[in-house]
Amino acid sequence: MIEKSATELTREAEFVAFRAGGLEFCINIMSVREIRGWTPATAIPRAPSYIRGVINLRGVVLPIVDLGVRLGLPGTEPTARHVIIVAQVGERAAGLLVDSVSDILSVEDTSIQPTPDVASQLARMFVRGVIAMDGRMISVVTMDNVLPAGMDLEAA
Amino acid sequence: MDPMAEIRLTFFQECEEQLTALENGLLAMQEGETDSETVNAVFRAVHSIKGGAGAFKLDALVSFAHIFETALDKVRSGSLTPDADAMKLFLRAADALADLVSASRDGAVEDTAPYVGIEEEFNALIGGGAAPEEDEFAGLDFQPIVTAFEEPEPTRNLYTIRFRPLRELYAKANEPLALFRELARLGALEAQCDIKNLPFLDTFEPEDSYLAWELRLETESPQSAVKEVFDFVEGDCDLAIESGQPAAAAAPPPSPQEMDITAILRKVREEAPAIAAAAAAAAPAAESEAAPKAKAVVQPTIRVDLDRVDRLINLVGELVINQAMLTQRVLHSSHVRDREVTSSLEELERLTREIQESVMAIRAQPVRPLFQRMSRIVREVADATAKDVRLRTEGEATEVDKTVVELLADPLTHMIRNAVDHGLEGPDQRSAIGKPPEGTVRLAAAHRSGRVIIEVSDDGQGINRPKVLQKAIANGLVPPDAQLSDSEIDNLLFLPGFSTASTVSNISGRGVGMDVVKRSIQALGGRISIASTPGQGSTFTLSLPLTLAVLDGIVVTVDEQVFVIPLTAIVETVKHEPSRIHHLGDHSFVLRVRDVLVPLIDVGAELGVRAPASDLRSGVAILIETANGTRSALLVDNIQDQRQVVIKSLETNYMRVDGIAAATILGDGRVAMILDVDALVGPRHHDWAPAEIPLAKAS
Repeated sequence: MIEKSATELTREAEFVAFRAGGLEFCINIMSVREIRGWTPATAIPRAPSYIRGVINLRGVVLPIVDLGVRLGLPGTEPTARHVIIVAQVGERAAGLLVDSVSDILSVEDTSIQPTPDVASQLARMFVRGVIAMDGRMISVVTMDNVLPAGMDLEAA
Repeated sequence: MDPMAEIRLTFFQECEEQLTALENGLLAMQEGETDSETVNAVFRAVHSIKGGAGAFKLDALVSFAHIFETALDKVRSGSLTPDADAMKLFLRAADALADLVSASRDGAVEDTAPYVGIEEEFNALIGGGAAPEEDEFAGLDFQPIVTAFEEPEPTRNLYTIRFRPLRELYAKANEPLALFRELARLGALEAQCDIKNLPFLDTFEPEDSYLAWELRLETESPQSAVKEVFDFVEGDCDLAIESGQPAAAAAPPPSPQEMDITAILRKVREEAPAIAAAAAAAAPAAESEAAPKAKAVVQPTIRVDLDRVDRLINLVGELVINQAMLTQRVLHSSHVRDREVTSSLEELERLTREIQESVMAIRAQPVRPLFQRMSRIVREVADATAKDVRLRTEGEATEVDKTVVELLADPLTHMIRNAVDHGLEGPDQRSAIGKPPEGTVRLAAAHRSGRVIIEVSDDGQGINRPKVLQKAIANGLVPPDAQLSDSEIDNLLFLPGFSTASTVSNISGRGVGMDVVKRSIQALGGRISIASTPGQGSTFTLSLPLTLAVLDGIVVTVDEQVFVIPLTAIVETVKHEPSRIHHLGDHSFVLRVRDVLVPLIDVGAELGVRAPASDLRSGVAILIETANGTRSALLVDNIQDQRQVVIKSLETNYMRVDGIAAATILGDGRVAMILDVDALVGPRHHDWAPAEIPLAKAS
């Protein structure tokens, strides 16, 4: 009886944890389509600095976002050991260039703390909350604002 | 989707086909083909729409189709001659019918006024507003008799109905028995089957129709009710309904008809061996005799979801890329130089290419329906402007990608409207200058060197160049003292801001600028050009790609990055000699090509790949021509290859990039950008571009 009520009360979600720009982040596993190794990207002319370019993902042209640069952290010099997390952003897909994927976390809703007010405007655009776990501080990234803002206008 | 909605959907799909057949037939009739085959086809089209509409209780549609059908029936029976005025009315009625069909599909028919107008015209045409019910019999060769219409009291009528189904009746899953049951509901029915045409079993065609019936019906219902029973099989049977008791029919049938089936079978069994032998000998002869009689073979077709076709096309696109990658990798790995491997790879490439072409052909569609829509536009604009216009179409069978056909509709509509409205003179003016009062608009399509050429021309007054120049100056598009060549003046029509129109949305209305047309053509990877002779007319020529999925391009490198330049834009590659380059300062250069100076554009600097160089001494210059005919030279580092590339949208997951038309995937699996040549050479004078939304976007 006790176990049952416990599962009813708390909702667990799974997150993929990764490192970018020297910090730890995680993203809801439901928005992750696949994780693959770095392949050189083709630069897009006139793109913002955090767009590394586009790669061919089985025939689909996929833009790659350097998450570190997007979050205002130092840029990544990608090597074969770097990882692309292919994530779904609404109707689109985008690749996130990160340093490495560490583990998959099962986190209860209640243990995600809202982003503190001190955080910068930029950080709050992408960070939905913070998970404190085993002495680690992991920011929960939302994909909503990761791609350039002008896109929605163009999408129509 | 519930079953009824699905049937309804099918009905409207079929309506589209019937409307096309209707318009085809009417246009053929207008050209003088008034043989019974054509008239029947037209009649059947209207009749089928009416029949289907009745099933869905689309009353407005039924009643309109009914009057239309009545008039056509008169033509069919020869009691109405389809003269020019009548044909015009028929064509307008066909347009109205199309409107009614789409209105019925989208919901209720709100405004019936235009249809009522045509209905009245029909009534006038077919004889002083007679009630359509009576006219329905006009086509049948008997005198309408006194029926319940005029009788105050219901009387018992005796009808003799001769009914001989054709094989089409069975093919359409109609069943005589059901018709007879329906008749029996009207009154006392007596049926006699005529089996005299029934062949022996060795020549028996299971799908053919051999039986005929003579039915005697005693009923209180009027003749129209009897005829209504056969409404759905009309055209698929020989039918004669006579009232009273015809003497011939009353006489006892001759002896062969009295034979019952058992007797026939017995006879067959007795004679079978001999007949079989005779038949075997006669069979080849019979076959060759029958062959010319067979109707033109209709190619079997299937309806397929467009999604499925597109998925297939995408997959084949992948296959092409994969095949190229495989070939490249095998040939580059040093230890495999096996001749068999090489020839297998070549075979694979050939097969892949063939698959790709076949798949693309699935999407290809003739431009005929598009051209047919235009004939309607011509009629409407001609009516609105009181001009006499004839549309001549050529090359309707030319096939183009479905998307191209669809996206062409708006620009073409606009060009046709322009041609009728602005191009052609009024009939009086034409007569005054010795032209036939009827103006001609020509719409032609043809394949030419891997592209589709569509020409819209008129025999009107041509472009009034002084007026165009004056307007361009007034609108501030060219300086007042500009000296422009004739073709430069003609091209002013394509400038945004030339037209007085303010919105893009009313493309179907008048006054939308040609710039919108031009941009929608460009969005399709096409070009538009104009030729005009004062007093003799103008010709607009569209050159379009056959498909939006692949393009031929040359692969170039700029600062280690690979780009593709569409071959259609390229005029030539130019030998690059420093002495031909003139520096104008501010990183602007011009290149002298055969004594003509063209702007030289450093692709690397333009796209921000590298910093603008102060001299352009290395590289290859590629002379290109933009859609409006201006030439420029693009400077790249190297030309690598010329190849066909599969177009991949950059907008699906990213966004539109100025100067980039799309992306593609090269043989090594990497993405390369396809340059948008027009945007690349025009950035200095295209500050208007971002503000306006293209009319149609290629996806």
